[in-house]
Amino acid sequence: MTMEAYRYEDGSITFPGHPVGPGGTEPVGTVDLSEYTAEVITWTTSTATPPGVREPNHLAIVEFDVDGESVRAIGGLTTGDVEVGDEVRPVYVAELRDPEAGIKTPESQEWDGYRFEPV
Amino acid sequence: MEPVAVIGASMTQFGQRDAWIRELLADAGIACLADAGVESADVEHLYVSNMASGEFQGQTGVMNALAHDLDLMPAYAERVDQTSSSGGAGIYAAWRSVASGASEMSLLVGAEKMTHKTTAEATDVIASITHPVEYKHGLTLPSFAGLTARHYLDRFDAPRESLARVAVKNHANGVDNPNAQFRKEVDLETVLESPIVADPLRLYDFCPITDGSAALLFCPESVAREYADEYVVIAGVDGATDTHVVHERPDPTVMGGVVESGQAAYEMSGYGPEDVDVAELHDMFTILEFLQMEGLGFAERGEAWQLVEEGYTERDGELPVNTSGGLKSKGHPLGASGVAQAVEIYEQLLGEAGPRQVEADVGLACNVGGFGNCVITTIMEVGA
Repeated sequence: MTMEAYRYEDGSITFPGHPVGPGGTEPVGTVDLSEYTAEVITWTTSTATPPGVREPNHLAIVEFDVDGESVRAIGGLTTGDVEVGDEVRPVYVAELRDPEAGIKTPESQEWDGYRFEPV
Repeated sequence: MEPVAVIGASMTQFGQRDAWIRELLADAGIACLADAGVESADVEHLYVSNMASGEFQGQTGVMNALAHDLDLMPAYAERVDQTSSSGGAGIYAAWRSVASGASEMSLLVGAEKMTHKTTAEATDVIASITHPVEYKHGLTLPSFAGLTARHYLDRFDAPRESLARVAVKNHANGVDNPNAQFRKEVDLETVLESPIVADPLRLYDFCPITDGSAALLFCPESVAREYADEYVVIAGVDGATDTHVVHERPDPTVMGGVVESGQAAYEMSGYGPEDVDVAELHDMFTILEFLQMEGLGFAERGEAWQLVEEGYTERDGELPVNTSGGLKSKGHPLGASGVAQAVEIYEQLLGEAGPRQVEADVGLACNVGGFGNCVITTIMEVGA
């Protein structure tokens, strides 16, 4: 499992990837964001969570610097004890929420991924 | 192109209703036709704004159900789903049908039936609009609001109380709306001490889960004069999108769809933000009222909170915002909300808003889908 972002012809990077990138450019490669650390841009703790989701659910938007190119990601936090500007690293989680409990068809998407842990 | 008029409007009681989706739709549709004095046989197009009757109730094909229940056959019928902006998208669709000459009488009815589900179930239906990388982390629309509110407050050094003032204002307005879900004032302390839902936002920063419906009737202005002495004209309307993945936006405090749809609606109408006398903004969360005020040019970037604190958006302020009570107090039946926003503007422009009445010749409604994913802005004026 990797935290796969797409790199496009113009040098920009997005997570997740898209078939067509910013400015209509095509993907030319991938970057594994799990090998980088990131900075917390903003965070929240959600207490009204849907079926199959942990409660409370600590969430953040973080920003990676990949060789001078910024790319943002969103995901859970391993703790609610964070502040804006903190450095975090991705840690693998085999099942982020119960695939059987929500409205989406379990087979329609992946359920593992990365949460962010303060460095 | 001949101007498109609105000659009838209706809204049913918002809140927890015994009625299911078909009854909600029919009630609003019948009331709207009666308001305009138009017979079912005269309706050429029917648009039904509805986000998720299949997911909520297991009832699909609602446009055909309504066409039959109102005896509109053989009228063309179409369901419009644009998540929370389905109502606004319905306005855009109905306007297009008349402006293009395809229809001389288009009925729009928006409705949603939600309250039979638990809060967690309803939240999950709505969260199903998210990208898989968001959904698997349990991202919900309220959690996006929490993330955005923290960023806004930090970046613009805005006090937490300024968001609470949006809730206080809109609840006060809702007291005078007989169809609002909540007709009860709340004070600042109650908002600030209510349970946390998505830190730093609390229970009173969020709209409720709601059943309800609303309707509008569209026709060319020349036809409007056959039915009504007073009517409203759609001066400008446009829709726009922003990224599906919310964190990919360059600035979390800017909703590109609000900016783009607003600019296009202003351009079409010939009006600017300074000309708008009353506005209905999509306050699904209190922070959204700030973002729309700034995106639509009512406030400078990072300064909407100051206007709210100064009373600028109160009913007796310079620009009354959400005189209906907004989604916050009136309620948010997804597919009906954008239609009900326009119903409020219609009533304000025609002097039919009762105790909520303000002085207004030009009104604006901004209907936001997802977390700014799709937005429709509509500008309305009194017909000549």
